[in-house]
Formats: sequence, structure tokens, C-alpha cells
Amino acid sequence: MTVPVGYYLILAAALFTIGLVGVLVRRNMIVMFMCIELMLNSVNLTLVAFSRIHGNLNGQIMSFFVMVVAAAEVTVGLALIINLFRLRSSVDADDVRSLRS
Amino acid sequence: MEHVATPDAGSVIALAWLIPVIPAISAGLLLLFGKRLGTLAAPIAIAAITASFGLSVAVFTALNAADPEARTFVVNVATWLQVGSLSVDWKLLIDPLTAVMLLLVTGVGALIHLYSVGYMHGDERYSRFFAYLNLFAASMLVLVLGESLLTLFVGWELVGLCSYLLIGFWFERRDYAGAAKKAFVTNRVGDVGFMLAMFVTFAAVGSLSFSDVLPASGLATGTVTAIGLLLLVGAVGKSAQIPLYVWLPDAMAGPTPVSALIHAATMVTAGVYLIARMSPLYLQVPDVGMVVAWVGALTALVAALIACVQNDLKKILAYSTVSQLGYMFIAVGAGAYTAGVFHLLTHGAFKALLFLAAGSVMHAMHEETNVWKMGGLRKAMPITFVTSLIGWLAIAGLPPLSGYFSKEEILAAASERSGMLPVYFIGLAVAGLTAFYMTRWFVLIFLGKPRYDHSGPHALHPHESPWTMWVPLAVLSVAAAGAGLLNTSAEGGWLHGWLEHSVAGFHAAVHPIGHSTLIALALSVGALGILAAFVRYVRREPQAEGAVARFPGYQRLAFNKFYVDELYQLAIVKPGRMLADGLAVIDRRGIDGAVNGVARGTAGLATVGRRLQTGFVRSYAFAILVGAVLIAALFIVGAGVGNGWIG
Repeated sequence: MTVPVGYYLILAAALFTIGLVGVLVRRNMIVMFMCIELMLNSVNLTLVAFSRIHGNLNGQIMSFFVMVVAAAEVTVGLALIINLFRLRSSVDADDVRSLRS
Repeated sequence: MEHVATPDAGSVIALAWLIPVIPAISAGLLLLFGKRLGTLAAPIAIAAITASFGLSVAVFTALNAADPEARTFVVNVATWLQVGSLSVDWKLLIDPLTAVMLLLVTGVGALIHLYSVGYMHGDERYSRFFAYLNLFAASMLVLVLGESLLTLFVGWELVGLCSYLLIGFWFERRDYAGAAKKAFVTNRVGDVGFMLAMFVTFAAVGSLSFSDVLPASGLATGTVTAIGLLLLVGAVGKSAQIPLYVWLPDAMAGPTPVSALIHAATMVTAGVYLIARMSPLYLQVPDVGMVVAWVGALTALVAALIACVQNDLKKILAYSTVSQLGYMFIAVGAGAYTAGVFHLLTHGAFKALLFLAAGSVMHAMHEETNVWKMGGLRKAMPITFVTSLIGWLAIAGLPPLSGYFSKEEILAAASERSGMLPVYFIGLAVAGLTAFYMTRWFVLIFLGKPRYDHSGPHALHPHESPWTMWVPLAVLSVAAAGAGLLNTSAEGGWLHGWLEHSVAGFHAAVHPIGHSTLIALALSVGALGILAAFVRYVRREPQAEGAVARFPGYQRLAFNKFYVDELYQLAIVKPGRMLADGLAVIDRRGIDGAVNGVARGTAGLATVGRRLQTGFVRSYAFAILVGAVLIAALFIVGAGVGNGWIG
């Protein structure tokens, strides 16, 4: 028995929405960061699901690329967050607005 | 311009380019290091101009030794421009006319340099003054040495610049700076004529070099007329003739040595030189010569009338220069180019003398310039007195001094050119007026009783000037007395033969008045002028004419210079200023307004735009979301329309 593809898409949409809302409403940068990861992975899920429907590997290959980029993004992003914490003793995104006059 | 030769390398003529270069280098040095050199500036400047004088003498001697038929040399100094087949060179033309001009410029120039040592003593811009003097001489030398109209024009413009710098030398005084500007702008009007003449010449001949232009064969009469008239406009500007003479009397603002330099050796002689240089061209169009002569005659008359009632000793001399330049224009207009150049030389000697004498007087009188506050200076300043006496008699035309010979020749030429009898009579009248106003000048300064404060607590004690000032006076007085020997008669004089191959010869057309009658007429008119002035200013103890209100109509008119300055003010300066004011409004409101408006608009947009930049990461993220949703919606709707699902 196979799970219909629509379920995968619904799950992916739900995960994406959770991530999006998380990025928009939370101020803790680490949580925002995890939410971004969540969104990325929901997209991965979609890609794999469509790959399955179409019966080729394009989507799966694409999801690997996304994972690699996400890994790189995590290292840079975490480094930024750690340095910001050292500078301001806070990981609140709203505190970082010194470019505003 | 026949028999043009290139001098042998190493000969003194091939080195002629050094004549303007030496004072130019000296001027550069003085401008750069003048502050550090201090009073050392004067010896350097004098050495430079004296070296030029020495070279000029050498060039003159070399020319004199050459065959009279082959005294025209062209020296190619450097190439200026090389574009395709067009090659513009720095070429020098050395011929008899150039040689006498070189001697005049460097000789009188050197004496004026020497004189300035005493006159400018203690001035805060001492070294700069000598730098400008050097530059002035160098510019004039470029002018007389140039082998093409273009090179001549370079010198022409440099001379204009130097006159601006020197007339406005004491630029702290606003009116002095104004006089400098006036000289510069008025000259510029003439320069337009000169430039147009060059354009026409280049279009017609394809070259500006004298050796191409002056043969002038096969040019249409109309073209030659146009060139002649346009060059006349240039000459009128530089040589201070009607209607552009107004700058010269105001040029008195400069230090007196500058006046002497402008009036005698450099600058104003340029216009006469130009016409003499272009004489083969003018020969083809005698009608243009008539215009030249009439311009000269009217200028001579008007300036002489004004000179009769001026009270400033330098202003009298200034109008006298304008008047004498008018004489030279009469000569070159009548086709007597030798006579014109002759008068240029003699006038250079006696006018430099008179100006330097005036400077000497001013020096002794603590910069007093009103002749009514002088008088009786003959005892206090014996050398200035004697030298001025010679200068006065020379300009008044008393034989055997130089002015007599040169004026005589001009008057004779005017009488012998058909249709120029009126010009001759004007010239004769001007000779009488000249004798009158110069006698007035001399009598009021040197004779009679002192009218200055000579006994009170603030009394003036005039004294003779230092040797650096009277030596030039003495040398110039010898020249003013003896220069007439250069050309004792119009047909057989030395200068006549010397210039034969440089300028067109004069051929008398008519002989309405016998030559001895001519001389008798001129002499008696001159004597009448001197006598009238003596009666008026010596026999009757002179009372100040100073109160203008007491003048009868004519004198007031002349005292106010026939209101020409006021007329120009009204007709040209005022409308020009109004136009400038109008344009300034357009500039400020229109052009500046547009630029400022763009800036203000940008600033306004930015004020709105910066509100978007909240600095909250989450609001940016929200904006991205909204944007993404919109784009997605657009795609979905687009796809729906494309596939017929919607609408």
C-alpha cells in the first residue's frame, strides 16, 4: 500500500507554515534559525514527493543540493549568532538594528 | 617679401629667438623666486632686458652688413602644431622693420627698467613688478618678431595680458583694478576684429605666414578690403584710436614706468606696426587706407582737444599719445608707411622721456598729479627740467628736434595723397593744438611761481630724483633730440632706405602745396600754439582752471572728454549689465532651481523611503513573504488564465 502523494504535500505545507510563522513571530535568533531549517526541509520533502510522482531522480538530486547549502548556511549563520552574542550578550533579533540611524 | 633667406646656423640672426626668450625666462624666475630675491630682482630683470638689447643691436648690425636686397630672414624655431598637411611653426621674421622695432622695444624698455629701480623703490611687490615688466617686453618682442599673423597674435594677446597686470598693479584701489579691466575688455573688442581678419586670411590664402599672405597676388579686392578693415579694428583697439581709445587715458592707473612702457615702447605701437607690416595688402586697397587715415585724423583731433583742458599731468600726456597715434594712423593710411614708423620711433623716444619726467615730478611732489598744484619746479629739479624741455620741444615740432621731422613727413604725405586734403588740415590743426597743450603742461609744471605748499608746516621740498631715474631721462632726451636725423627727408633719409624692402613705398599723387610752404605752415602753426599757451599761462599769472563750472561750454565739454565714457556707459555697459542681471536670474531660478529641485526631490523621496527600513529582521522577513505570495499568486493566476481555468 502506498501513501497518496497529497499527504506528503500537506505535511510539507504544514511544516513550511510552522517554520514561516516561527521566523515571523519569534525573536530568538536560534529559534528563527531552526524555523528556517524547518522550511528548507519541508521544501526537501516536497521535492522528494514530486520526484516520486514523476518517476525520475531530479527532485531527489535537488534535495541533496539543498541539504549541502543548508549545512553551509548553518555554519555561517551560527557563527554570526555566536559573534553577535559575544558583542551584545543577547540573541534577540530586534536588538540588532544599529544600521537604523 | 622677396628674397626670403634662412640665416646660417650659428649666426646671430639664427639666435634671434633668444631676444624674447631671455626676458621671458627672467620673468618666470622672478615670479617663482621673487620673494626670496628681494631687491636682487631689479638687477636680474635689467640684465635680461639689456641682454635682449645687446642681441637686438647685434641683429641690427648683422642686417646692416647684409646686402640691402637680402635683409629678410626667416628663422624656424620650433614646430607648434602638425596636423596632416597643416604645419604651424614658431617662425621668426627678421627684416629691417623688425630690427628697428626690436631696438625701440629693448632700448626704451631697458631704460624704463632702470628707471623703475628708483621709482618702485620700497614697493611691497617690487620683484613682481620687474617680472611683469620683463614679461611685457618679451610679449612685445614676440609680437614684432612673429613671422605669421598667428605668432604675432600670440604676442598681441600677451601684451594685452601684461597691460592688464601692470595697469592694475596696485589693485587694492578699486578704480585702478577697474581701469585694468577696462583696458583688457576694450582690447578684446579689437582682438575680435584681428581674429576675424585671420579667419578670412586663412580661408583665402590657406596660410597665415607673412611670406604667403603678403605677396597677396590674386586675392579678390573684396577679400583684401575685408582683411584690411578687420585688421584695422584690431589695430584701433591696440593703438587706442576712435572708438576704442577710452582705455588708454585710464591706463594711467598703473605706475608711471608702466605708462611710459605702454605709451612708447610696447603695446600701442603694435597697431601701427601691424598696419605697416601688412602694407603690401593695404597698398592694394587705397580706400581702406582712407578709412585708416580718417580714423587717425579724428582721433588726433579729439584727443588733442581733450588734452588741452586736462589737469592731471599724466592724463595730458595720455591724450597726447592717443593724438600722436592718430598721426601715425594718418601716415600709414596715406600710404607713407616709412613716415608712420618714423613717427613711431621718434614718439617712442620723446613720449617715454616725457612720461618718465612726469614720474620724476610726481616722485618729487609726493604723488601729486594736478598741474595746478605745481609750478616753478625748474630750480628744484634741474635735470628733469632740462630733459622735459627737450621732450616738450620735440613733441611740439620745433626743428631740429625729432618730432619736427617725423610730423613734417606725415603732413607732407597727407597733403600729397589725392582726396586727403581735409585730413592734412586736421593734422595741421592738431600740430598747433599739440604745441599748445604741451606748452601748457610744461609751463604749469616747471615755470612760474610754486603753487604747491612750500612754506607751511607740511611744506613740500621737491628734489631731484636718484640717478637711476635721471640717467634714463638723459639718455632718452638725447634720443628725442637726435632721432630726427634717422630720416631728414622723406625721399632720401636713412630710414627710408632702410625700410625700403620691408614696407611699401610712398608715391605722391598730387602736389597741391609746395614743400617749403608745407614746412612754413607747420612751423607757424606750431609757433602759434606755443605762443598762445605762453600768453595764457605765463604772461598772465595762471589761475587755477580747476573749477569746471567756470568753464565756457566748449571747455567743459572737452574737460569731460566729450562724455564718451558716459556714452559707452549708457550704450554698452548698462545694457550689458542689465542683460547679465537678467541672465543671472535665469541662472539662479532656472538652472540652479532645476538642480536644487532634483536634490530636494531626492531628499523628500528618501524621507519617505527610510521609514521602510525599520531595522527589524522580522518585518523584512514578512515583506519577503508578502512578496513571495504575490509572485506565486501571479504565476498561479497567469497559469490559470493561460490554461483556460480562470476567466
